[in-house]
Amino acid sequence: MLIDFLPILLHVVVAVGFATVVLVLNIALGRAGKRTKIKDTAYECGVIPEPGPQPRFSVKFYLVAMLFILFDIEVVFMYPWAVVYRDYIAQHGMLIFWSMLSFVIILLFGYAYAVKKGALEWGR
Amino acid sequence: MNLSALAMQPEIFLAWTSIIKTLVIVFGIVLPIVSLTVFAERKVCAFIQDRVGPNRVGLPTTILGFKKDIRLLGLGQMIADPIKLLLKENFIPNSVNKFYYYIAPKLAMIPALLVLAVLPFGPNVFFGDIKVPLMVANVDIGILWVFAISSLGVYGIVLAGWASNSKYPFLGGIRSSSQMISYELALGLSVIPVFLIVGTLNMQEIVVWQRENGWMVAPFWPKGFSLEQLLHGDFAAIGASFAAGFSVQRLLIWVPMLISFIVFLIAMFAETNRVPFDLPEAEQELVGGYHTEYSSMGFALFFLGEYAAMAAGSGVIVTLFLGGWSLPFIPDGSATSFFGIPFIPAWGASLLWGLIGMTIFLAKIAAMLFLFIWVRWTLPRFRYDQLMKLGWYFFFELALVNIFITALILALVKF
Repeated sequence: MLIDFLPILLHVVVAVGFATVVLVLNIALGRAGKRTKIKDTAYECGVIPEPGPQPRFSVKFYLVAMLFILFDIEVVFMYPWAVVYRDYIAQHGMLIFWSMLSFVIILLFGYAYAVKKGALEWGR
Repeated sequence: MNLSALAMQPEIFLAWTSIIKTLVIVFGIVLPIVSLTVFAERKVCAFIQDRVGPNRVGLPTTILGFKKDIRLLGLGQMIADPIKLLLKENFIPNSVNKFYYYIAPKLAMIPALLVLAVLPFGPNVFFGDIKVPLMVANVDIGILWVFAISSLGVYGIVLAGWASNSKYPFLGGIRSSSQMISYELALGLSVIPVFLIVGTLNMQEIVVWQRENGWMVAPFWPKGFSLEQLLHGDFAAIGASFAAGFSVQRLLIWVPMLISFIVFLIAMFAETNRVPFDLPEAEQELVGGYHTEYSSMGFALFFLGEYAAMAAGSGVIVTLFLGGWSLPFIPDGSATSFFGIPFIPAWGASLLWGLIGMTIFLAKIAAMLFLFIWVRWTLPRFRYDQLMKLGWYFFFELALVNIFITALILALVKF
């Protein structure tokens, strides 16, 4: 069972190895130029960047991330449901359909609340 | 125990065959595809804008003393570009957060390559009793692996934006992350109808199902229809198989499948940051977006990651909706003869049909990549609030409703 995942492990090793080797080759082969003060500054279209604290995240990005986590969990629940769906319908009837529908309807109340509160309005 | 007997032990056989398959798929197929896509992007863009595009770089025969270079339509560009990027200075500005700045390009590129591990590039090939699937890992969680790994690509982009300590990359990074997570919902929900019908998450089995029942975008393949029926003129049998193929149930299921396909395709455009959803690197407002501060190979890894993600995404679309490696009338790896040529053994015929299946798969990927490029040079870009609105208000709900429509059809009408 677990042996099925051995090829995936090997694939990970190949991918990580490729990325590392390419970067190391680049450091070895790339021609190093002179370091100057201007070259070291961040590129902001020729305007001298203002030093200061890290720019801040808008709270809207946090909100979207939180809503994403909530609804993504719902998606995760749906995969096993989808896989067994047809067999279950054939043997036991419609119960599996109604149970998932009621689960999603409960979540949709939350979604409607988020929409009503304007959590997804970017213009404001 | 001698060496060949040791090599045929199940675990060890799996290990060395999968090493070969991994190396061939990563270095022999995907990296050339990426290189070719970058070239094709420039060439297609040039044709759309009525220009010629890159046409100079070919074989540099002047080095050998010839009068002229051989141009080869500029195809040398796909080798010249990586070499140029490899030889550039790897410059790390002083103002960046060094550790995260260094690992971010890798984090953007590696997930795109990892997705390829579960894509079926070809059918199962039989060497006598031994079955070798033409894919790296034939696991039952196929599509879960695709979603789990492809969403890790966000880390590379958001870290690159944050670690650069500069305003344009920062804006690009946060825009990209919120866009990608918004469209991932639609991406994940839109394919569930496929699994409702097929009843498995294994990518190879999904392709085999489509081979027997028709591609997901048009599931009408006549049941039991074969080339022999056509050659023998057995019209009664042909009629019966067509009648079994075109049933009301299949027509009903066709509508949600088309919705599913279109939502998945558009969400894939957003997931790979392509036009019309390329806000993270909108050149006109954000310079280069999250990779503004990167040079040489750091930049190249982002670039490579984007195109590899495009190739892998096309592969997922082809596998789930467009029949994968299957094409009507083409036998799969279980065939024992190759056009009846007598001196080809059974395993040779199986391998040849496997390679033909692989070619079909790559041709379908090429068609999808052409669509990606075509859209990029045809459509304008969305505004940011329009983009988020489209994802959260329209695609999310459409995909969710689509699941229950499919489930109802499957429950009420015998498929």
